[in-house]
Amino acid sequence: MREQLNNIKLEAEKKLNEAGSLAELESIRLQYLGKKGELTAVLRGMGQLSPEERPRIGQLANEIRSFIEEMLEEKTKALQEKERSMRLEKEAIDVTMPGKRRFLGKKHPLSIVLDEIKEVFIGLGYEIAEGPEVELDYYNFEALNIPAGHPARDTQDTFFINGDILLRSQTSPVQIRVMEKKKPPIKIICPGRVYRSDAVDATHSPIFHQVEGLVVDRGVTMGDLTGTLQLFARRLFGEDTKIRLRPHHFQFTEPSAEVDVSCWTCGGKGCRICKDEGWIEILGAGMVHPNVLKYGGIDPKEYSGFAFGLGVERVAMCKFNIDDMRLLYENDMRFLRQF
Amino acid sequence: MKLPLKWLKDFTDIDASPREYAHALTMSGSKVEGLEVLGSGIDGVVVGKILTVEKHPDADRLQVCQVDVGDGTIQIVTGATNIKVNDLVPVALDGSSLPGGIKIRKGKLRGVESAGMMCSIAELGLTKEDYPNAAEDGIFILEGDPSPGTDIKEYLGMNDTVVEFEITSNRPDCFSIIGLARESAATFGTSFRIPEVTVKELGEPIDGKVSVEIKDPDLCARYAARIVENVKIGPSPRWMQQRLRASGIRPINNIVDITNYVMLEYGQPMHAFDLRDLKGSRIIVRRAENGETMRTLDGQDRKLDESMLVIADAERPVAVAGVMGGENSEITDDTTTILFESANFDGISVRLTAKKLGMRTESSSRFEKGLDPENVINALNRAAQLVEELGAGTVCKGIIDCYPKKYQRRTIPFNPKFINGLLGTDISAEKMLEIFRRLEIEYDEATGTVIPPTFRPDLENEADLAEEVARFYDYNNIKPTLLEGRAATIGGRTRKQKIMDMISQTMLSCGLSETYTYSFTSPKVFDMLNLPADSPLRKAIVISNPLGEDYSIMRTTTIPDMLRVLSTNYNRRVEEARLFEMSYVYIPKSLPLTELPDEKPVLTIGMYGEDVDFYDLSGIIEELMEVLGIREYELEPAKDDPVFHPGRTARLIIKGENVGILGEIHPAVAENFEAAERNYIAFIEVEPLVRNAATERGYKLLPKFPAVTRDIAVLVDEGIPVRNIEKVIIDKGGRIFEEARLFDVYKGRQVPEGKKSVAYSITFRAYDRTLTDEEVSKAMEKITKALSDELGAQLRM
Ligand SMILES: [Zn+2]
Repeated sequence: MREQLNNIKLEAEKKLNEAGSLAELESIRLQYLGKKGELTAVLRGMGQLSPEERPRIGQLANEIRSFIEEMLEEKTKALQEKERSMRLEKEAIDVTMPGKRRFLGKKHPLSIVLDEIKEVFIGLGYEIAEGPEVELDYYNFEALNIPAGHPARDTQDTFFINGDILLRSQTSPVQIRVMEKKKPPIKIICPGRVYRSDAVDATHSPIFHQVEGLVVDRGVTMGDLTGTLQLFARRLFGEDTKIRLRPHHFQFTEPSAEVDVSCWTCGGKGCRICKDEGWIEILGAGMVHPNVLKYGGIDPKEYSGFAFGLGVERVAMCKFNIDDMRLLYENDMRFLRQF
Repeated sequence: MKLPLKWLKDFTDIDASPREYAHALTMSGSKVEGLEVLGSGIDGVVVGKILTVEKHPDADRLQVCQVDVGDGTIQIVTGATNIKVNDLVPVALDGSSLPGGIKIRKGKLRGVESAGMMCSIAELGLTKEDYPNAAEDGIFILEGDPSPGTDIKEYLGMNDTVVEFEITSNRPDCFSIIGLARESAATFGTSFRIPEVTVKELGEPIDGKVSVEIKDPDLCARYAARIVENVKIGPSPRWMQQRLRASGIRPINNIVDITNYVMLEYGQPMHAFDLRDLKGSRIIVRRAENGETMRTLDGQDRKLDESMLVIADAERPVAVAGVMGGENSEITDDTTTILFESANFDGISVRLTAKKLGMRTESSSRFEKGLDPENVINALNRAAQLVEELGAGTVCKGIIDCYPKKYQRRTIPFNPKFINGLLGTDISAEKMLEIFRRLEIEYDEATGTVIPPTFRPDLENEADLAEEVARFYDYNNIKPTLLEGRAATIGGRTRKQKIMDMISQTMLSCGLSETYTYSFTSPKVFDMLNLPADSPLRKAIVISNPLGEDYSIMRTTTIPDMLRVLSTNYNRRVEEARLFEMSYVYIPKSLPLTELPDEKPVLTIGMYGEDVDFYDLSGIIEELMEVLGIREYELEPAKDDPVFHPGRTARLIIKGENVGILGEIHPAVAENFEAAERNYIAFIEVEPLVRNAATERGYKLLPKFPAVTRDIAVLVDEGIPVRNIEKVIIDKGGRIFEEARLFDVYKGRQVPEGKKSVAYSITFRAYDRTLTDEEVSKAMEKITKALSDELGAQLRM
């Protein structure tokens, strides 16, 4: 019997070594270890053995069973691995085929610029204020130190609804509306639509966007204005950007300035974008005129402030190299999808 | 304002290149818009004197001339016929260039050598208007006696650079050569001088020759006059013509040229009347009467009204004050006695009059900024001096000067601390006073005040003084600071702004690209939308001075603008468009407008394309509701909106409030806009979304117990929206109901005509235990019964 068992072991080992598939392994398992298997049959015959022999043969049979089981397991693992790697090989795909995209929409270039500006000023502690586009003459002109008949009114060709109501020609009226409601410290920007009766062409649009800024507090200086604008210009156009202030005249600021930023294309050396000037005019700014503070209900003896405004279209056109303003309002998908 | 640099030299000596000069003036506040080098296209053209003129041997039409060009005599062949011996002409020498990049080379004409070209005015880039005596298409015969060889640019006064300034409305004084010279001197620190003006007054006394009366002193602060007799009208001298031309003004005759010259130099507009045309020898400054008319110098008949100031004689208006003179008193070739007017008119009145009459002139554009009444006499005397210098007439003794309300000079406290405080600088009081001195701002040490000159009406307060200091200190020398030491503020967006940003972000995530369209539109869009005559959308705000009808009303709906964008894309063969816009509509509270309208933010979505259908649109809205945490909303079929397809449109209802509409555009409307066959548009009001948004999220326990899912299929009438079925399921599912998912809608075989089969997968779950079969079956029974009772649904097995 011992011999019989050893034969089974040798035979099973040989078969297992030769087995090439999981199915073969299964039939080997059944052949030896199954209910009707050879090893099982041997064990069934153990009753005929002497009591002394029984434990010894029993132990041997168990050893052989473990041996076959272990070998089966090992062999199964190896074959599984082999089969998997064959499957993986077959499953290879062309990874350069186009991916399954969910096309996201694109933000309009004006929104991209507006959002960048908002982020800079929110970071500096500014709130975002809003005001009406259909506005009272009072807020658009009078309270900004531009009384009726003043020639400064002619420089902004204004759309009127009637004698008292107009389409705001600047975002500056929001300055007064904010001052009326809020006491200093005031730090706001106001992005919005403005209207001027310019015929549509490559560089003009009767509707465009401005961002107005206003800071009012005790002891606000023109140095604070230049510092703020310098920081803003660096954030928006790059850390190497310089600014330059030129004296100018606005009715609602005094002193007033036009602000140029160094050309971000040529860095100030002069190029097509900056018309060889090295500078690009981007902002109007100044210290809030004492009369304007008064109109806003703020005592100019106690407080001072600065204000600035910039055209969003102009920035967007410079930043994205857009040469025709009409593209911004035409909304051709092929244009919009580029941003 | 054009400033010829040579004219500037009469008042200050500046040793800088035109470019340096332009930069320095720009940085001190007089913005230079451009530099024009006169005659920049002309090179190598000199004055030539014709010595002989002979016929060309082989060509009848040509002549051969010997011309003295200074350093020799050259031979020129010409086709011109208006030349004769001793004429002085411009000669383009061999190798010279003319405007337009033309190069002149010597050559042969019909076999005869020609070493240059004699030029016409057109060839020199000049116009007949500038040189009325020049021949139209012949050679430009030069006046005076320039010596041969003189550079033509020198002869024409073109060896000069003209600087063009943008003058802001606060600086009327800079609308003059003298004003700009003063700024230039202050900028460069050079000395500034106005040459003394003396008038010999060789004529009779002015007394009794004319009377001046100001009837409306509110509009005329001062009116001064001089009389010149024995006037000889003729051309003004070349130097004066050159300066006028360089400044952009056409020479006319000596008297008119003098008034223009003085206007440019002193900034004080002047006028000359023919005294014999002033009826009653009177000047009356008064408001016009309604209905009065006058023909102005430009030949136009003007209807005047009582808002306008005129200069009248005893009978009629002879000039619109400060704007333009009348033809009835114009200087003509036979004028012998003139009255020079130098006056100060109210700026606002002149501006409004010029605007009303549609004629902004050199004169009105100066007056409208508010001129210095103290400058009136200076200008008048300068004109008289020029008359004497030019020998244009005899100036009468004396001046008539009506000056009812003398100008009161302003005083401003001088407070260096305030100025430094506003600028953030540390400039000494001495330095400030030095700047003031250069600008002729006086300082009264006793009272500690400064007194601005009369020509600076813009200097009103201490902030104005700060600007004067800052612009000569240089703005860019102010040290940048960042509100140091001031209380910190917390910036940020309001809830509304955040939610509006979330809406935009959701649209972008749903694949929609953002658009910007104009907020005014044409009133025709309402008809294009097939809106009924009584539609409230037609009540739009009208712009009184629009760019044209197409831009004449403020929009009450954005649908036409979105349709236009879709149509533009469609007509450009763009296969598919998926777009949105966040913008405003303008809803008047009443018309005509008496108070500001409601400006309502709206979300507009627009799509077309082969793969686009209604459910793409409603899916985006559902996504948006999810993002905004709005659960109580419904999409209700909308059959009655003329803009939309009656069977493919829904209203968005939030908590019973109608907040918008979405659907396929009615084909008739799509046709009106020449858009694609099927366009999907949503128009949603944003404020209700903001109000109802629940953006605060709480975490709900993940389920611990298994769910039970049952499928149900029912037959219902075709017209019943599935949402109604869903509502019953939700309503009857009880507390254990979790979710109902539509998985099949079927019409056709095995389904009777007029019916549809709708199948749902319903999920039940309890958070605290495993559900029993019985519980679920009970719920399903309730649902089935209610579906049958309420909707007549038959269970399909
Ligand atoms: Zn550049």
